[in-house]
Amino acid sequence: MSRHFRELSVAAALAAVLVALAIFAPAFFQPQPLLSLVTREAPTLVVACGMTLVIICRQIDISVGSQFSVCSVCAGLLAAMNWPLALVPPAAIATGALLGAVNGVLIAGLRLPSIVVTLAMMVTLRQGLNMVRQGEFVNLPDRVQWFGLSQVDGQWALVFTALLLLVVLGLAMRHLAAGRFVYAIGSDAEAARLSGIRPQLGTFLVFVFMGGLTGLAAAMNMMQSPQVQPLAGSGLELKVIAAVVVGGVAISGGRGNLWGAFTGLLLLACIAPALTHLHIESYWEKAIQGAIILLAVVADSVRSRNEIR
Amino acid sequence: MAAPLLELRELAKSFGGARALRGVDFDLHAGEVHALLGENGAGKSTLIKIVTGAHHPDRGTIRIAGETVVHLTPATAHALGIACIYQQPALFPDLTVTENIALRLDSDPPVRRINWKARRERARGLLARIGADISPEAEVRALSMPEQQLVEIACALGAGARIVIMDEPTASLTQKEQELLFAVVRELRASGVGVIYISHRLEEIFALADRVTVLRDGESVGTNAVSEIDEAALIRMMVGREMTQIYPPGEASPGDLVLALRNLGCAASGVHGVTLDVRAGEVFGLAGLVGAGRTELARILFGLTPADCGEILLNGRPVAPRSPLDAVALGIAYVPEDRRRHGVVLELPIAHNMTMAIHRQVFRGAWLRFGAERLLALEFIRDLAVKCPGPEAPGSSLSGGNQQKVSLARWLATKPRFLILDEPTQGVDVGAKSEIHKIIRRLAKEGLAVLLISSDLPEVLGMSDRIGIMRGGTLTVVLPGNADAHAVMSAALGQKP
Repeated sequence: MSRHFRELSVAAALAAVLVALAIFAPAFFQPQPLLSLVTREAPTLVVACGMTLVIICRQIDISVGSQFSVCSVCAGLLAAMNWPLALVPPAAIATGALLGAVNGVLIAGLRLPSIVVTLAMMVTLRQGLNMVRQGEFVNLPDRVQWFGLSQVDGQWALVFTALLLLVVLGLAMRHLAAGRFVYAIGSDAEAARLSGIRPQLGTFLVFVFMGGLTGLAAAMNMMQSPQVQPLAGSGLELKVIAAVVVGGVAISGGRGNLWGAFTGLLLLACIAPALTHLHIESYWEKAIQGAIILLAVVADSVRSRNEIR
Repeated sequence: MAAPLLELRELAKSFGGARALRGVDFDLHAGEVHALLGENGAGKSTLIKIVTGAHHPDRGTIRIAGETVVHLTPATAHALGIACIYQQPALFPDLTVTENIALRLDSDPPVRRINWKARRERARGLLARIGADISPEAEVRALSMPEQQLVEIACALGAGARIVIMDEPTASLTQKEQELLFAVVRELRASGVGVIYISHRLEEIFALADRVTVLRDGESVGTNAVSEIDEAALIRMMVGREMTQIYPPGEASPGDLVLALRNLGCAASGVHGVTLDVRAGEVFGLAGLVGAGRTELARILFGLTPADCGEILLNGRPVAPRSPLDAVALGIAYVPEDRRRHGVVLELPIAHNMTMAIHRQVFRGAWLRFGAERLLALEFIRDLAVKCPGPEAPGSSLSGGNQQKVSLARWLATKPRFLILDEPTQGVDVGAKSEIHKIIRRLAKEGLAVLLISSDLPEVLGMSDRIGIMRGGTLTVVLPGNADAHAVMSAALGQKP
């Protein structure tokens, strides 16, 4: 019980918000708008899965927003060039993985601090994209949106993809030796090294994985609209990091899990529609999200202080 | 005669259950160099930390120039003229000497124009007083270790220090630098400063000190004028104690040769020319002072800093571990010294900690089998009598002794042939200590070759079938397991027995 206290308390907060909505704004639960809301968050969930691994590994990646934009534009251009639709998401994933590998080489290979490396990456990619594209939108052929499925089917497909990824990755983190390595590296890289784990290799692979998932998320995002905007990913990094931290993944590494990150994301994602439905001015959204993040960080610090004794 | 500068009476201090000091008397007069001598863990550091206000004693009195000081903090210690020069100077590397001295000595309001000219002059004056040829404008980063120590001493002088504590100041100095430092210490003494001088090197104590106090197990064994005592007597004072613990008996006949080192060395870690044999069923103790190269040797054997000369023979075959992974595959296991930093991962459950080194062997394919892991953990928990709520409890929920057992279990799970234990009972309470000793002995009986690195002299004497003594990065002597404490300590200090 106490071991999962943190995750359960986020789930309880989420349940409280949902109950409040059920009582005061049952309209929130109308199937179609709810499905649309969840679909919009599906790519974010995919990125959050990657970010959970990065943070458990005691690193951070603030370049995911820019990576997402780059992958979106690349995928959009390929689709517009009439590539077969089945090849576009793999190409986006490969683009992301390549960007992640650059981060990984710099962070794991040269042992540079991840915050600096990914900050540089974020700025470089964003400005590079601006320069190349001059803010131009990519118009997509009709067959791209919802894979040519009906809107509802397409939405279900995206939500299903994201949830499948969450479940598979969640099980993998628990059942694969590789998952254990990520926890070990994040908790204590030196102890991991003495135990025959290669922390630098592990860190590199986590960043590659993060990039690949960002690419996948970009492809999933592209499927939802008739065009790609070059700033598709701006602000994504903050949203994702906030969700992961709210979900109880310790920023100091080695602690937390994907289920927590998932509930954290849902909690933050509920705030904006809940405000609309409760007729509260949307200015409050950021303030409330900020308060939740602060609360989560304070709770973590109090907890770890109690443990040290 | 005037009241002593510093007078400590019946000083006691415990950390958790461990009693670091149990009634120490010590005094220091003006114009005196008073050496403090003792084995690792005898309580010297604790004593220093109390005098500098970093720790508060549980009981006992501190009198400074005849005045009883009740509540000594780092700030009051500074104000009372107590300064400590550590082995690793604590200066700001990016600032100049002048700025460093000013930071120590002045407490200006944050916003006021600083008279740098006056400060440079003062720095120059202080450095000149101790005969140091250092430019006040030099960045501390560019200074050598001894030069940095001189800057520390200049700071102490500038602060009007009456009591200067030097903690192993010569540990990293060359002969010439050492002589310069000695000259400065004599200068300080002549100007009426009291110096507490901590060193392992007996010859320094005889060259420099007026009196010497020996600490042992947190008690002051005796204080003598240096002129009235010889080295042999000092060593006797350091080690002379009754065996308070019963150690499990050793194995009479060790088995096959497991590990042989031939002239092993590694320039990067300062280890050279180590030749030794360890047999199955044998506990080979490795004694020596801190910095003698024992942990460094272990790190070579475990592939952390690969050897660059000599040979390692494992069961007669030459091997060259270049990473912990190699070492584990060869059947070498290393339970590291600092279990909090490199051993048990506090966030992870006990079971995860225990299987951390064996994912590749025990869990076929990549898929972890929780049942198997749990079973393995339960087996070790029972076998090593780990006191814990269960295999799912985090490492942080355990006491030091039980954490050490978990660390040990991780390495036993790799089924090693050769086990290196680095300070396995450091900071562990007496009960757990004797349990760990029994485990070590049992492992040896089961045919493991054990290399036991320990700074705890009775432990080395009680546990080892043979004792190797390292000094200055090499193995100097190998003594039989029934050697006496005096012989081991003499060898560790580099004295003729």
